[in-house]
Amino acid sequence: MIGRQKHCIALEDYSREEITQVLDLAVSMKEVLRRPIKKVPSLRGRSIVNLFFEASTRTRSSFEIAAKVLSADSLNWTSSGSSVSKGETLIDTVKNLEAMHPDVLVIRHSASGAPGLVASRVGCSVVSAGDGAHEHPSQGLLDAFTVREKLGTLDGKILTIVGDVSHSRVARSDIYSFGKLGAKVRLCGPPTMMPMGVEKMGCTVEHDLKKAVDGADAVIMLRIQHERIGAPLLSTTREYSRLWGLNTKKAAEWLKPGALVLHPGPINRGVELMPEVADGPASVILDQVENGVAVRMAILYLLAGEPVEGKA
Amino acid sequence: MSDTIIIEGGRVIDPASGTDATRVVVLKDGKVAGVVERADRPSGATVVDAKGRWVTPGFLDLHVHLREPGQEYKETVATGARAAVAGGFTSVVCMPNTKPVNDTLAVTELILARAAAAGLARVYPCGAISKGSAGEELAEYGELQAGGCVALSDDGKPVMSPGLMRSALEYARAFGLPLTVHEEDLHLVGKGVMHEGAASTRLGLKGIPGQAEDVMVLRDVALAELTGGRLHIAHLSTAGSVRAVREAKKRGLKVTAEVTPHHLTLSDEDVARSGYSTDFKMSPPLRSVEDVKAVVEALADGTIDCIATDHAPHSLVEKQLEFDVALNGIVGLETAFPVCLALVKKGLLTEKRLIEALTASPARAFGLPGGTLAVGAPADLAILDPGAIWTFGPKTSFSKCFNSPWRGRALTGRCTHAYVGGRLVHQAGEGA
Amino acid sequence: MDSTQISAAVARLARDVAQRAQAEGAADGLAIVGIRRGGVHLAARLRAALRQLLGKEAPLGTLDIALYRDDVTVRGAVPVVGPTDIRFSIEGKTIVLVDDVLYTGRTVRAALDELVDFGRPRRVWLTVLVDRGGHELPIAADFAGVKLEVPDDQNVQVLLKEEGAAEDAVQVSRRGK
Repeated sequence: MIGRQKHCIALEDYSREEITQVLDLAVSMKEVLRRPIKKVPSLRGRSIVNLFFEASTRTRSSFEIAAKVLSADSLNWTSSGSSVSKGETLIDTVKNLEAMHPDVLVIRHSASGAPGLVASRVGCSVVSAGDGAHEHPSQGLLDAFTVREKLGTLDGKILTIVGDVSHSRVARSDIYSFGKLGAKVRLCGPPTMMPMGVEKMGCTVEHDLKKAVDGADAVIMLRIQHERIGAPLLSTTREYSRLWGLNTKKAAEWLKPGALVLHPGPINRGVELMPEVADGPASVILDQVENGVAVRMAILYLLAGEPVEGKA
Repeated sequence: MSDTIIIEGGRVIDPASGTDATRVVVLKDGKVAGVVERADRPSGATVVDAKGRWVTPGFLDLHVHLREPGQEYKETVATGARAAVAGGFTSVVCMPNTKPVNDTLAVTELILARAAAAGLARVYPCGAISKGSAGEELAEYGELQAGGCVALSDDGKPVMSPGLMRSALEYARAFGLPLTVHEEDLHLVGKGVMHEGAASTRLGLKGIPGQAEDVMVLRDVALAELTGGRLHIAHLSTAGSVRAVREAKKRGLKVTAEVTPHHLTLSDEDVARSGYSTDFKMSPPLRSVEDVKAVVEALADGTIDCIATDHAPHSLVEKQLEFDVALNGIVGLETAFPVCLALVKKGLLTEKRLIEALTASPARAFGLPGGTLAVGAPADLAILDPGAIWTFGPKTSFSKCFNSPWRGRALTGRCTHAYVGGRLVHQAGEGA
Repeated sequence: MDSTQISAAVARLARDVAQRAQAEGAADGLAIVGIRRGGVHLAARLRAALRQLLGKEAPLGTLDIALYRDDVTVRGAVPVVGPTDIRFSIEGKTIVLVDDVLYTGRTVRAALDELVDFGRPRRVWLTVLVDRGGHELPIAADFAGVKLEVPDDQNVQVLLKEEGAAEDAVQVSRRGK
């Protein structure tokens, strides 16, 4: 359990203390990743099944490594080669898998609410690796961890998230993780990419990038997701890049000294982020990747570390 | 039949005749013989004690989906008609989005034959506006009307082409048929699955703005003015639509509207609270709290004429899925009365207006018989216990499906008896 | 034990370790590792004492064994994990592994498993303040400040000034329910 949470599906449901518990544990997990032998026996004999209905190499690999460092068994189950293409429903697929007694199901799905639907039908813990445009809790946690590690605390800090917030589950999880740890969150992007009523989630909206990053301690650049866009929301990627992309000049002139630049990856180099900034001194993108494994180790350890009810 | 039925002691609420008093209702030979202060009990008459209960005309539902022909696993005319009378509805208008679509005499006659065989609620078929409801060519309204259709609809889909809508309104005038229209601009709906607002943003679900409905209502009101046709707005759900209908009525256009029990009582916040439950997914979606307030007020002041359930049975196969993918719709015949009665208890609707919205108003909107206890009217009645507490679910329900936000919930208010043509077709307490 | 006795015991431990280190030629390759949490401050004290005796400062590390525990199948909540901090190479070193109380030996087993995941030490000397008997695994202390025979229904706790205690003390008390 993470506090009172049996699952890690929505940071909207997590308290500040529960989020902090994961981040504090991730500190120790990160230390394990830096040892010559990156393995501890804590989850020996536990099985973690990665159920990915959406393509993703990096997040899946991150969960896989996390499981293996903890000595758990990790099984990957991707939708293209499986019964879903034969018309089996999500619930049937999951119930079949559950009969093989996994300890934790890590699930990524294109439909918001899918992990919750799965969690209501299985006995084991469920970790969401992203559902539709709803949440991507481990990303929200690793982003908060990365900034907290560099700045010491998130209380009173300013975070700016730039990009297609409408379609972004990462943005929603970041709003919760940073907000609950005391940061002020600003959203920036074209009006067509700001979802209705988003201010009610506890953040402000500013369409001008210069104003939005003024004084920010950390800036998260979101990927422009061409594959998700239905109705045309952008005039052109060229205009987007001019107005909301981050290049060296803007980074030097508009960001305060010490401000951090994050990106959940993969980067559309040249669109939302210029290569020099992605590889530059303010960027903590590679830290995010390392921290991602540590945070996922923390989540798996806390959720899989206990015996599952009904199992011997 | 020379059956005489005497219903005593009940509070008779018949808005069509302006009655709201304790009266004895006398039914003879399938018709209302009298609504009087005192009546003799002739020998051989059945006497029904309705003390503590309401006696009203049987309800009319202008919008149900009976799924037959083609999807009998979800519902049939017979099971739907049984569920209807259990809810107090003695007449229902069934939508044509069956498989095949009801755009021919053959399908209309099939539905009527099934209804006659069931001998329960009166079923009035609604024919399609366009062939196959494909939105391209007009169906044969003359034939449909001759076969027994009382209205036309492409329900489930909007009529996207304004040209076709104009022609349909004009052509239908020749037959005196109203068009009941499912209003949403598909370009604004896109891939939306719930109302667009703070709730859909939090849930990460694609949203449908209320204006997707408003723009079509405004369009069709304009076309109703152009053509002089009869326009009935199905399942009206937004404040914008209310304003459009109010304006249309002020200008004397032949526009009427219905609203569902769920749009009167549930909002997009309820969807959020439900944890992505597909029992809260329907089209049009549950709207904002402001929209709910607007439609309740509109029903109270008559801008919205009547209540119609949009009873839409779906099996578990179609509903136990991710929210994005589950089919739209909930059942509603058996829960309509208690759900709407709650509005009366909250002081938002009078008892008289509630019953009127279920009886006289729908009858008037479609020109149907019934909805009244006037002497000589068919003996279609409901006896309602406004205080009865019961749970809606598979054990108490007559529909084949239970996709409802009230499944498993305790409800207050129930139809205890229903009569169609003087025959008792429902008595509460008899198992499903 | 009271605070004077504890100081004396630590001094004695330091002397014994120093003697053996010099005898076995290990004085240059010493490293002190304290097992969290009870061994951490004792390790620091030993290191200071050894510096006096040997004239050089041995590297100091901390080991948290939560991730190596063997009670996964029987416990309830997951154990809280604390920081492990070993910044030096343990390859070929003589590790003075320090804990406050040696009891069942399971903590030491976990610590040894973790230690060898960092490299291959030359030798490990288990050094404890109190050896209270009751070993459940074949593990014995190389150096023990004091040997006590304490029955299973009693707890042995070491309280140290670094942790906020008024005085150093070893407490033996009845186990609470």
